[in-house]
Amino acid sequence: MTMIKVENLAVSYGHGHNALKVLRDVSFEVAKGETFGLVGESGCGKSTVLGALAGRIKNWSGSIVIDGEGADPKRTKSQLAKQQMVFQDPFGSIHPRHTIGRTLLEPLEIQGMDRRHERIEEVLRDVGLSHNFRYRFPHQLSGGQRQRVAIARALILKPRILLLDEPTSALDVSIQAEILNLLKDLRERENLTYVLVSHDMAVIAHLCDRIAVMHDGIFVEVTTRSSLFRGDVAHPYTRNLLDGSRGYVATKPPREVAVG
Amino acid sequence: MLDNQNILSIENMSVQFPALSGSVKAVRNVSFRVGREKVGIIGESGSGKSTTGRAIMQLQPPGAVVTADKMQFEDIDLLGASEQQMRNIRGSRISMILQDPKYSLNPVMTVGEQIAETVILHERVSRREARARTVAMLERVNIRNPERVYALYPHEVSGGMGQRIMISMMLISSPSLIIADEPTSALDVTVRQQVLSILDDLVTERNIGLIFISHDLNLVRSFCDRVIIMYAGRIVETIDAENLEHATHPYTRGLLNALPSLEHPRDRLEVLKRDPLWLET
Ligand SMILES: Nc1ncnc2c1ncn2[C@@H]1O[C@H](COP(=O)(O)OP(=O)(O)OP(=O)(O)O)[C@@H](O)[C@H]1O
Ligand SMILES: Nc1ncnc2c1ncn2[C@@H]1O[C@H](COP(=O)(O)OP(=O)(O)OP(=O)(O)O)[C@@H](O)[C@H]1O
Ligand SMILES: [Mg+2]
Ligand SMILES: [Mg+2]
Repeated sequence: MTMIKVENLAVSYGHGHNALKVLRDVSFEVAKGETFGLVGESGCGKSTVLGALAGRIKNWSGSIVIDGEGADPKRTKSQLAKQQMVFQDPFGSIHPRHTIGRTLLEPLEIQGMDRRHERIEEVLRDVGLSHNFRYRFPHQLSGGQRQRVAIARALILKPRILLLDEPTSALDVSIQAEILNLLKDLRERENLTYVLVSHDMAVIAHLCDRIAVMHDGIFVEVTTRSSLFRGDVAHPYTRNLLDGSRGYVATKPPREVAVG
Repeated sequence: MLDNQNILSIENMSVQFPALSGSVKAVRNVSFRVGREKVGIIGESGSGKSTTGRAIMQLQPPGAVVTADKMQFEDIDLLGASEQQMRNIRGSRISMILQDPKYSLNPVMTVGEQIAETVILHERVSRREARARTVAMLERVNIRNPERVYALYPHEVSGGMGQRIMISMMLISSPSLIIADEPTSALDVTVRQQVLSILDDLVTERNIGLIFISHDLNLVRSFCDRVIIMYAGRIVETIDAENLEHATHPYTRGLLNALPSLEHPRDRLEVLKRDPLWLET
C-alpha cells in the first residue's frame, strides 16, 4: 500500500527576480513500512522536501497524497499529527525555556492523549535518556542529548510517518547504533514509514530500502540498498558520494608530524 | 615534543556546572597538549568535548567553574587572563567553530553583512572591498551563487551552508589555534572533502594547531594526526590517528564496532555495554 505519493513537487523561495526554484520537479512514492532515503549535495533541497511533506512549507506546487488523503497546503490537526519530523538542527527545534518534560508533555496535551507520565517515561527510555532529564532545560544538554529529545518528541504522538532529517549526525556512533536499532525495531513493531535524509551513505544503506539521489532540485537516480552495497550505481554523482564516504583524502602529500 | 612547539598545554582541567542536586562534573581532570598538528577529539555524546573547547575559549555559561593546574596558550596564561584579554584572543588568535553554527550567528543581520563585519575588523578595508572579499570567501568554501547567499538571513540558509559560513569567517582572521566543533557534520561528502582540504592547507601553511571535535570515526582517522578519546568527562585514551583501529580501550573498541559499514552490512548494529569500571580509570 502506498503511504506517501508525491507528484511534480516544486518549491521556490523568494519573489520576483530574486525567486529561487529549489525543487524543480520531484516525484516519488513510498510504500507503507518502507524507508526511503534522500541524499545529495548540501543545499540541494532535501530539508525542503521534508518540510513540504510535514506541512511546514506551504508554498509548494504539485501534488502530495498521504495515506490516501490529498494534502492541501492547509492541513487539519489530525492530518498534521500523522507525520512527525525530526529536525536537522537539535538546537533550533526545541523551545529553549521549557524543560524537557514540558516539551514532551505539550504535544500530548494538544492531542488530548492519556497516560501522559507513563508515555514520557517510555519514550525517554526508548531514546536512552534517564527520566531525570525531564527536569533539565535544553541549554543543560549536550548536542546529542538534545537530538535524542527531538526524536522522543517526534515519537511520543505515535505517528505513522517519521520524517528524519540527519537524525544521527550529532550523535556518537554508539548512540547512533542504538537509535538506528530503535528505528528498525519501531518500524517493525508499529509498521512505520520513514523518509530519511543523511550525508552518511553507510547509515542510508543500513536503513533504507530505496534511495533517491538529488542534484540541483531533481532526482538524478533512484537506487536500492543492495545496489549501494554492491557499488552498482549509474550516476557519477552517486559514485562520488560512495567514494567520498570512506573518509578524507589528502590532496597533498602529508607533512612530517611531530608527535608529543 | 619540544615545549616551544606547543601551542596549548592543558593540565588537570575540570569543569563543573551547578545543578539542583549538587553539581555536574562535565570535565574531569583532563590533560593534553596541542602542537602544530590536527588533534581529533571523539567520545560519547555528553562526554564533555564541547565543554572542553569552550573552557579553552573561556566561554563557559555563568555559574560554571573551571579549575586547572595549568592552561597555557602560547605566551598567555588562560587561567589568569582578564575578560578584556580574552576578548582580544577570541576570534583573532583562537577561533572556534561552534557546534550550532546557525545559532551563533546574529539572526537579524544577513550572513554576508556578518562576514563583511569580520573582514572590516581584521583588515581595515572599505565596505565595498569587504563585500567583494566576503563573496570571494563564500566562493572559496564552495557556496554556489554567493551573491544570493550574501543577502540571506541565518534561518534561510541550509544546515551545510551555515557550517561553511562559520568556516569562511574563521579563514578571515588568522588564528594560531582553531577549535572546530563538528564543523562538517551537515556537509555532503564532496563538499566536506573540499572544506577539509581548505582547513588542512591552513594548518600546514600557517603552521597552526587544530582541535577537531567529531563523531565521524572514518573522518578523524583519515584527517587528524592524533586522536583524544573522551568518556564521561575523562580522557580514556590518546592514540595516533592511523592506529585508531588498534585502539585498546573497550570504549574505543565499542565505537569502532558500532559503525554501520558499506563493506560489511549487518542487520543490527552492535551496541556498547558501558562498564562502570571505565569511570574509575
Ligand atoms: N526560508 C528560506 N528563504 C530563502 N531561501 C531558502 C529558505 N530555506 C531554504 N532556502 C534555500 O533553499 C535551498 C535548499 O535548502 P535546504 O535546506 O532544503 O537544503 P538541504 O538539501 O537540506 O541542504 P543541507 O544538506 O545543507 O541541509 C538552499 O539554497 C537554501 O538557501
Ligand atoms: N549549562 C549546563 N548546565 C548543566 N549541565 C550542562 C551544561 N552544559 C552541558 N552540560 C552537561 O555537561 C555534559 C557535557 O556536555 P558537552 O556539551 O560538553 O558534551 P559533548 O561531549 O560536546 O556532547 P555532544 O557530542 O552530544 O555534543 C553533558 O552531560 C551535559 O548535559
Ligand atoms: Mg538540510
Ligand atoms: Mg558537543
